[in-house]
Parts: sequence; structure tokens; C-alpha cells
Amino acid sequence: MSEGSRRTSGPGRLLVAVYAVFALSASARAGVQIATGFSDAPVAYLLSAFAALVYVVATVALARPGRTARRVALVAVTVELLGVLTVGTVTVFDPGDFPDDTVWSLYGRGYGFVPLVLPVLGLLWLRRTWRAAD
Amino acid sequence: MFAVVDYTVIVASLAYAAWALLAVVLGRPPREPYVIGAGVVEALIFVQVVVAIVVMAVDGAPSDLATFIGYLLMIVVILPLGLFWALAEKSRWGTAVLVVAALVIPVLVVRMQQIWDAGGT
Repeated sequence: MSEGSRRTSGPGRLLVAVYAVFALSASARAGVQIATGFSDAPVAYLLSAFAALVYVVATVALARPGRTARRVALVAVTVELLGVLTVGTVTVFDPGDFPDDTVWSLYGRGYGFVPLVLPVLGLLWLRRTWRAAD
Repeated sequence: MFAVVDYTVIVASLAYAAWALLAVVLGRPPREPYVIGAGVVEALIFVQVVVAIVVMAVDGAPSDLATFIGYLLMIVVILPLGLFWALAEKSRWGTAVLVVAALVIPVLVVRMQQIWDAGGT
């Protein structure tokens, strides 16, 4: 469809916008962290960079039509959900492992828990639009 | 930074978000008035950015300069990008994109204030 896939119309428009905000802010944050003080908390900063990459891939894949993009989006959003659950759980029980915040620390509490809700909405949206011809 | 400029941007972006949210509730697509409204908010943001740069040049930059500049760049691009993405969607969800873009602005301003208040080098 010339107007783009069903994935980016209706609620999908909003979903991709929120993903883009996270892709942008996570990338900027990771970039600054790594550029200015990588040795302070290399694990947390690498994780920040990884989270940023996941958001960027998810945003682009959700926004693009086609089966390949759909599959990439599914993988990215699933990795995102696993990431926020893993890092969230680890930081709740042992904050010492991640001395500096990442987007996923404490299930994304620093970002109003949006990082926790977003992949769930992403998966629901992918399921809902899965059969659409694109 | 100058509190007056900061709070003007915060109030303007929140007012714009509320206005756009009303349009979402009423099921309206993003039309011209919302583009003009975004232009007004963006103009205020430009004033804020210029003030921030001038104050930095005169009084010295905050110690976390890299993050501060990151926020400055983000606050300038967020609304134009939001508009670009919103206008192609001819339903209430397009307007919802504008709400999200507008709500990011006060968050960025508050973060910039925190960095600024933390002091210079």
C-alpha cells in the first residue's frame, strides 16, 4: 500500500512516535555516557547503547512496510521486553551491578514505566496487524 | 537559565498538549490550527535556546555540557518531527502524536534546569 502499511496507521502512528522518542533519547543518552565517561560504568553504558540500538531498530522496523520489517520488528520488540524485564529485575535486587541508570533500570521507573508498557503494546499491535497485506 | 523563558515554554507546551488532547478525544485529525499552535511553541523554544546559548557564553557552561547540548538539540527537533509524522495520519491518532511530542518538551526543560542548577565547571 502506498500509504504505508497498516502498522503505521491509526494507533500504530502513535506507537511508532513513542518508539521514536525513546530511540532518540536513548541514543543521545548512550552517546553522551560513552563519550564522556565510559570507564565510570562500562557495563551500564554498554547496556544503554544496546537499549538504544534496540529502540532504533524497533522504530525503523515498525515504521517500514513489508514482511521482513515485520519480522525484524517482532524480534526487536521481543528483545526489548526481555531486556526491560531482565535489567528491571536485576536492578531491583542488586542495584550495585548497574551504578548508573539505563532506560531499563527498575523497569523503566525513571521514564514513568513507559519502557515496560511499550513492548507489550508493540507486541499486541504486531499481532493485530500481522495478517494485514503489506 | 532564565526562569521566565523556561516556564513560558513549559506552560505553552502543556497548553498545546491539552488542546491537542481535546482534539484527540473529539476525534479530530491534525489540521492547520494545530500546525500554527506548534509553530508558536517552536518559536518560544527558539527564544529559549538562544537565551541558553547567550547565558552560556557569558556566564559559563554547566559542567554536564554534553548532556545539556543533547537536550537543546532534542527540544528543537521534537515538535517539527512530531508534526511531520502526525500530518500524514488523517485521524485522531495523528493528533495524538502531537500530544506526545508536546509532552516531551516540559520533561526536557526540567532536565535542562536540573543540569543547569547543578552548576558550572
